[in-house]
Amino acid sequence: MLRLTAGRVGSLVARRATVALTTSSARMASHGHEVSEAVDMSKPMYWDRREIPLPDKRYKDILTPADKSLKEKEKGPWGQLSNEEKLALYRFSFCQTYPEMNQSSSEWKTVVAGVLYCIGLTGLVIIWQTAYVSPPAPRTFDAEWQAKQVKRMLDMRVSPIEGFAAQWDYEKGQWK
Amino acid sequence: MFRAAVRLSVSGVRSITRTQPGCQALLASRGYSHGKQETDEEFDARWVTYFNKSDIDAWELRKGMNTLIGYDLVPEPKIVEAALKACRRLNDLASAIRILEAVKDKAGPHKDIYPYLIQELKPTLEELGISTPEELGIDKV
Repeated sequence: MLRLTAGRVGSLVARRATVALTTSSARMASHGHEVSEAVDMSKPMYWDRREIPLPDKRYKDILTPADKSLKEKEKGPWGQLSNEEKLALYRFSFCQTYPEMNQSSSEWKTVVAGVLYCIGLTGLVIIWQTAYVSPPAPRTFDAEWQAKQVKRMLDMRVSPIEGFAAQWDYEKGQWK
Repeated sequence: MFRAAVRLSVSGVRSITRTQPGCQALLASRGYSHGKQETDEEFDARWVTYFNKSDIDAWELRKGMNTLIGYDLVPEPKIVEAALKACRRLNDLASAIRILEAVKDKAGPHKDIYPYLIQELKPTLEELGISTPEELGIDKV
């Protein structure tokens, strides 16, 4: 139910900096291939953030020769570029558009479901505990004992003005 | 209309559009500063000059835009125009489109600011050949 896959945990931890498509990040050679690429924070990084429209570096580092020729075309009049070319140029520099960045996710549903699930599990554990683990209740909890206790309280007129004994009708011998 | 839309914040009040062109701008109301407050026109002029630098480099463009977007205001069309022209000098179409997206995002719930901005920028957009995010279809997810 809690679909916290490794990818989700990774994105929760490293949400701030999208690891750009680059080969220059350091790799922990001693740990084998399971460790994800360490982000080199001493170099300019790319972020998709509302308040930083132009991050320190372009998103796509490695440009194919076709991309490079498009970049050359960018030096000329922009009116000559088709919409697809303009979009391609945008995607070289940026990973997500503003609407994509700002879109809400359904993560909250997973969180609420997880919380309720844990509470439910805890409830089951407690039920099991009361059945199998807790010692028997003290004898003062027996119905018979409780009845005798109430009678004793009424006989000694506990809170006779506004409280306990005030609710008892002594003439009729019943609760008011 | 837009004056009502601007919300007060500790960083001061700057109205981006004024229904009467000649009226004096609202002065910033910082509590601690006793020096002369910068008027809206001075602010705008300063930023237009910044982006109009003929040999502006990419870092200065990025720094300028990120700083401008950090302020509690939507930049005047003339500032955005200067920034777009700087993008042209730097041969950076992607940044030009990003700037348009950013100012739309800055307007937030005030949906009438961005169309006004685009309307004012139309001549520049056509001259430079910049497509708006709407024309490219990236205004929707």
